Amino acid sequence: MGAVLLKISNLTARVAGKNILNGVDLEVNAGEIHALMGPNGSGKSTLAQILAGREDYEITGGSVLFEGRDLLALPPEERARAGLFLGFQYPVEIPGVNNVYLLKAALNAKRKAAGEPEVDAYEFLALIKQKMKFMQMSESFLTRGVNEGFSGGEKKRNEVLQMLVLEPKLAILDETDSGLDIDALKVVSNGVNSLRDPHRSVVLVTHYQRLLDYIVPDRVHVFSGGRILKSGDKSLALELEKRGYDWLQESRVA
Amino acid sequence: MSSKPQDVEALIGRKYQHGFVTDIESDSLPPGLDEEVVRAISRKKQEPAFLLDWRLKAFRHWLTMREPQWAHVHYQRIDYQDISYYSAPRTPANAPKSLEEVDPKLLATYAKLGIPLHERARLAGVAVDAVFDSVSVATTFKDKLAKAGVIFCSFSDAVHHHPELVERYLGSVVPAADNFFAALNSAVFSDGSFVYVPAGVRCPMELSTYFRINAAKTGQFERTLIIAAEGASVSYLEGCTAPMRDENQLHAAVVELVALDDARIKYSTVQNWYPGDENGIGGIFNFVTKRGECRGRNSKISWTQVETGSAITWKYPSCVLRGDNSVGEFYSVAVTNNYQQADTGTKMIHIGRNTRSTIVSKGISAGHAENTYRGQVKILPSAEGARNFTQCDSLLMGAKCAAHTFPYMEVKNPTAVVEHEASTSKIGEDQLFYCLQRGISQEDAVNMIVSGFCKVVFKELPMEFAVEAQNLLSVSLEGAVG
Repeated sequence: MGAVLLKISNLTARVAGKNILNGVDLEVNAGEIHALMGPNGSGKSTLAQILAGREDYEITGGSVLFEGRDLLALPPEERARAGLFLGFQYPVEIPGVNNVYLLKAALNAKRKAAGEPEVDAYEFLALIKQKMKFMQMSESFLTRGVNEGFSGGEKKRNEVLQMLVLEPKLAILDETDSGLDIDALKVVSNGVNSLRDPHRSVVLVTHYQRLLDYIVPDRVHVFSGGRILKSGDKSLALELEKRGYDWLQESRVA
Repeated sequence: MSSKPQDVEALIGRKYQHGFVTDIESDSLPPGLDEEVVRAISRKKQEPAFLLDWRLKAFRHWLTMREPQWAHVHYQRIDYQDISYYSAPRTPANAPKSLEEVDPKLLATYAKLGIPLHERARLAGVAVDAVFDSVSVATTFKDKLAKAGVIFCSFSDAVHHHPELVERYLGSVVPAADNFFAALNSAVFSDGSFVYVPAGVRCPMELSTYFRINAAKTGQFERTLIIAAEGASVSYLEGCTAPMRDENQLHAAVVELVALDDARIKYSTVQNWYPGDENGIGGIFNFVTKRGECRGRNSKISWTQVETGSAITWKYPSCVLRGDNSVGEFYSVAVTNNYQQADTGTKMIHIGRNTRSTIVSKGISAGHAENTYRGQVKILPSAEGARNFTQCDSLLMGAKCAAHTFPYMEVKNPTAVVEHEASTSKIGEDQLFYCLQRGISQEDAVNMIVSGFCKVVFKELPMEFAVEAQNLLSVSLEGAVG
């Protein structure tokens, strides 16, 4: 087992006066894949957004350490440069901004922060073409605007493409599997699996056990009411699929 | 978002970079306006009688007109008697004959502005006519242009050397009595630029004029007249700056374009007049009438404007599509920040058969600014098969600014096709966060998003000016998202 990469302790947060995280505890070690499951509105996506640095939420307590650093003290761009990547549930369109231009700017911002030389246009083109091939994306993506006119599936593939180029230490993928047909799901899963590495971790936020057939998690957590209700290994996901979430809530009350 | 408030303030507070005053002796008329002032201007310029008569007619008509109130802008009444209507840099000899004779202080001013008057002009291949307050100071590349048969000179020169062209075309697109500000300009205009491209000639270089208001309490009333004869083509760019002053200064220009059969005129503007400070004090009042007439068959006039300056902008570059199959285009980016107000747009008047027009307007507001698009598409009964496409998009940065769209359409021919699309979006918190999450700084992210928003307009600008426009935009909006 690798060193602790992410450590969330008793994290509480609210939005518009409503408590939405109620004491989240989670530890992710380097090299691990975790799955966060749970009913809609349980706070999974909120947690992902807060970790990435979205400011719409008021953090009322607790702490988050990323490689031992206070993550919550960093602005979102520094979190990204430190190696945290969020695959968005609904990737936004940025009309007129070239998809490749944005990605090259992102990679170079990260390299610059790490004291590495920036990649030039030729190196970058070679790199991105190789990754695009792996993600089975057509070269027309090179000339299109960021997510502009992309189908739902294309947007998700594009998120994974960005992840492959940026090679984050921690990737949080927020429902990257939703809206994908089975072929696209395989491509996306291959992308994630190709990043598996003893120094890299992935947190998958998902509703569906089927994703976990392709990306096998080390740990599965059930989120409910703004906290983790139960944790287990991959068998927990199978049990959830069979029994739903209700039994957990009931057992908790009892 | 992530930036601390003071960073954002510092960025918004970035000062207007062209706000210096050149200390130079000038020959000015005292403030005030009456018939004698009009005569004095004409006398100073030793104008032929037809022009004086034209001015006086315009002035008498102006006296009967009232300042228009319909625009969505608010400002203190202008006292027209408190403005000087003529100011010229005083040089030892009379007018400079070449660049070497131009007052070095003036040249230094233009150097500060980054105008390529000397060698840089040659490298860029741009011919520059620079207008300082009321008179045209120097025109570069006259010889090379003359070889091609192109006339590019100050308006005053044109009056003296090509009076027949001036008399024939002056006021033929924007009549002296067209509107309040055009009538005022017609009465008191002091200089400007003149271009004539003869039949069949493709102008060998981009033509460019820089306007600068220097003296206090002066108005600038220049006139530009561009004629492209049969089969001719020309691309023209104007740029504008002014010093920072607490009082408002008036700029009321008139631009007339005439395109004959198969001619093409591309007119690009990068307007960066002093916009006033962050509390809305000072700044230029920019009330401009710009109109082009596609007089001949298959002719084309294209307006591209990037408007980032002025306290108030009132401006509607328009096309009268008279010739059959003629084409009018209007591409606009208007940026308002702090307390700036812009009411801008275009008119496309379809008269000829199968005339086509395209309007793409991008409005960006930040701070407390107001940004209005006002456009008119008019299809006359004679305009069989006319087509128009209009797209107006507004981008809001922050919660205190506003965007308005007033499209007017009048279609009197049933075969016409008119399309209109409009959108308003907030600069997206979502777009910004997406870029930040990829490790891109806030400043780069805003530039990227705004440039993307304006891309369709920028690509219409001549290459070297597209870069300038992009830089101007990022300076105008830096820190506008907080």
